[in-house]
Amino acid sequence: MAIELYRIDDRLIHGQVIVGWGQPMGLGFLVLVDDEVASSDWEQELYRMGVPPELDVFFASVAEATLKLEQWNRDKRPGILLTSDIDTMVRLAVAKQSTIRAVNLGGIHHRADRVERLRYLYLTGGEVRALQELEHQGVEVTARDVPASRPVPLSALLEGHGEEGAA
Amino acid sequence: MSEQPDKAPPAIVLAHAQLAAGLVSAVEQITGMGSRFVAMSNTGLSGAELEQKLRALVEATGARVVFTDLPAGSCNIAAFRLLRDRDVIVVSGVNLPALLHFVTHPNLSPEEAATEAVERGVPTLKVTLGTARGN
Repeated sequence: MAIELYRIDDRLIHGQVIVGWGQPMGLGFLVLVDDEVASSDWEQELYRMGVPPELDVFFASVAEATLKLEQWNRDKRPGILLTSDIDTMVRLAVAKQSTIRAVNLGGIHHRADRVERLRYLYLTGGEVRALQELEHQGVEVTARDVPASRPVPLSALLEGHGEEGAA
Repeated sequence: MSEQPDKAPPAIVLAHAQLAAGLVSAVEQITGMGSRFVAMSNTGLSGAELEQKLRALVEATGARVVFTDLPAGSCNIAAFRLLRDRDVIVVSGVNLPALLHFVTHPNLSPEEAATEAVERGVPTLKVTLGTARGN
């Protein structure tokens, strides 16, 4: 089974992840890759508080995730790896080339320097370039907040063809 | 017993999409006491924005109790973040019976009212089978 979804979502663990994706996948574990959360017991406790007890949650910095990715991918249960920003996912993907083949854009919210691409997706010019570079390295990048919505390829997103609709 | 009922700060209902507004409107319809809650939605907000907005609302209202819907959802996690430095009580998995019990027992302390609301709300979720099966 291994990690079936590599998702960028600035809310990290939340309803769309636990229920929206987790239920149909039969999710067994979550990997939260974030340097700040990985160094904070309080943040980790916070994210564990509401998660169903049968679901394992692993916390890792990018450096730790680089070392443990193969181990998580040998797990027989389906898993989701989450980062809160594009930079973290890019660092991980670059460090583990050919391991991460697809990245899901699940939620990056409004900020003054970002442009709206979808209702749940706002990107700066730098973030767009980072995603394009990721695709040049062979990683498929699509936006999709929940499984019931249609995946929007990065190219369509940037051409303004990201209108949403049910799958 | 705690504060005078009519002087007690409102409680916050924080939930996905329009759920909180819907629950509060139902409380208003049933009891006429919907104003004892403030509804808040997570729609369009990042985790950081949600926490910031909730903090501002707690500050502005003096709310002691925050009802949230889905455990491990963004609303729930945003409310949990306040536990570190605010004297608030977070209830997870809110439903209408819980809110109704809370609002109709204004003489209880926030801790007692929240605890009783949960005790009252949980068993109201049940399955009832029809008798026509197999006919």
